[in-house]
Amino acid sequence: MSLELVCPAGTPSALRAAVEAGAHSVYCGFRDETNARNFPGLNFSPDELVEGVRFAHAHGTKVLVAINTFAKAGAMDAWKAALANAEKAGADAVILADLAVLDHAATHHPNLRLHLSVQAAAATPEAIAFYADTFGVKRIVMPRVLSVEEIAKLNAAINVETEAFVFGGLCPMTEGRCSLSSYATGKSPNLTGVCSPPEHVAYTEDKNGTATRLNGFTIDRFGAGEQAGYPTLCKGRFVAGGKTFYLFEDPVSLNAASLIAALAKAGVTALKIEGRQRGKGYVAEVVRTFRAAVEAIDAGGTEVEVGRLLSGLVEGGRQTSGAYKKTWR
Amino acid sequence: MLDTKKSTNMTKTGLTLGPVLFNWSPDRLRDFYARIADEADVDRVHLGEVVCGKRQPFTDGVWPELIERLQAAGKQVVLSTLALPYNPRERNAVIDFCKAGELAEINDLTALPTVAGKPFLVGPFVNVYNEGAARFLAGRGATGICLPVELPIASVAVIAAALPEVEFELFAFGRLPLALSGRCYHARLHGLHKDGCQFVCDRDPDGLPVDTLDGQRFLAINGIQTLSSGVEAFCPTPEDLAKLGVRRLRLSPHTVDMVAVSRLYRALLDGRASRTETLAALKALDLPGELVDGFTRGQPGSARVEMA
Repeated sequence: MSLELVCPAGTPSALRAAVEAGAHSVYCGFRDETNARNFPGLNFSPDELVEGVRFAHAHGTKVLVAINTFAKAGAMDAWKAALANAEKAGADAVILADLAVLDHAATHHPNLRLHLSVQAAAATPEAIAFYADTFGVKRIVMPRVLSVEEIAKLNAAINVETEAFVFGGLCPMTEGRCSLSSYATGKSPNLTGVCSPPEHVAYTEDKNGTATRLNGFTIDRFGAGEQAGYPTLCKGRFVAGGKTFYLFEDPVSLNAASLIAALAKAGVTALKIEGRQRGKGYVAEVVRTFRAAVEAIDAGGTEVEVGRLLSGLVEGGRQTSGAYKKTWR
Repeated sequence: MLDTKKSTNMTKTGLTLGPVLFNWSPDRLRDFYARIADEADVDRVHLGEVVCGKRQPFTDGVWPELIERLQAAGKQVVLSTLALPYNPRERNAVIDFCKAGELAEINDLTALPTVAGKPFLVGPFVNVYNEGAARFLAGRGATGICLPVELPIASVAVIAAALPEVEFELFAFGRLPLALSGRCYHARLHGLHKDGCQFVCDRDPDGLPVDTLDGQRFLAINGIQTLSSGVEAFCPTPEDLAKLGVRRLRLSPHTVDMVAVSRLYRALLDGRASRTETLAALKALDLPGELVDGFTRGQPGSARVEMA
């Protein structure tokens, strides 16, 4: 069984780029607080989704719609509308996290295929069986706390598909269980679909260089001439126990390319590439490269061969294989 | 229906001592809970390790005697389950806790199939952000829900109004539990990995402070957990709580004198002390951080308490 490559489509043009580069599936969200990448300039209107699905289906690519934030109390209409619009557009599945949204989808949209978002943080056979039995969830996007060995054991114990992140941004915190951003800024992934929101970011120059701040909290400092990175809270440098360092995570991104074959062997159905905030050029390159790697594995290619295909992607930024290797913990 | 509502309004606000989030030794736990049993003004006490499954073997043996001790003192005992179980031992521990015969608080949906159909409580690590999620859990048997710490106060009122039969609880005192991870930050700080962590988190019984590069007190780490540096001090009047529909507050254990904290909150909730008096008295205690209450005012959680 071939691995399914699930690729980010932050905008209609990124969707087209991913489809043309060989994505088996793309995922996207509506332009509102119903999805966990609610950033300015991203996402789809209902009409854009209709057109995106038409384009993707014409190329044999599936469209998964992320409606993966937690509905606001007393104001669930936006989430209900998102489900209805996803179904109307012909989406192949919706990616959900909130019990209320799952319940509504299972009751009112019985023909819509449900995937469980990483934001639901379902990491055990018991929790996964609950979502499958109760709402008919067909696939789990796995929380980034499991090693490859643990994923293999998990897959042996459950009856639904699993999807694993393999490339892109990496949350060191368990997604869906993190309120760091709202502690600093009042806005968070669970509440509003944003983390470390840009309107709270400030770059302040002084004689020592540049400080990056999030609502007044210093997240990192850079020397003169150094490029100041975006102050994502958990990727900052802090002082703890007399040490000054990247306490939670280094400024790295996830690259589990070398583990694709191991993940396939562990029973994973789909590989997910993070990056809905990325431009179409980046998306096209990453998708093309991963598609070639997946096909090389299907054809029985060696790890060396696959590694060679992916080597172009590891230039520049530092990377980690995250929780897939136990030593990350 | 009217009678029920009337009696609900007349019931005094419950006060819960939440589970100890930190790596305290069995001896420390015995001493702590003995004093809680004898002196603390709380009607409900949560026991159990909710943060790290690796700590469980050290404390598993201590809970049975503490359950007995606290119940003998008239406290209702609740067993709180692990917030992020994933290996088989941890999953079994969650299920065993739920089957132990005491009221269970679930902190992850792993426990839901085991408790469904019986009365159970839902902890602040379960994502209940709206009345639909609350109603779903109530339909499975949840009788009380401690809402997530970041939930806006406006949402609290909407959820509580929709489900008058459920006892809603808010996290009122202590460093705010903000995040969980697969990675242990105590281990990382000490150049170790989680699998060989040497249990270094036991050196920081209130968590280890995390400051910014400009010396701002910001967060605290506790193994795989990240907490606020600031100490939440939500000090509502009884009228505020009635308006919100909240019937219970949670105090989260720290090394500070929790008996004193419990008495201050009891006096506040009984209308014997004002908000200002309560905050001033809390501030005089040996707390690990500044008093904050932003989440309960529609502000960032780190916003400081305004005394006036």
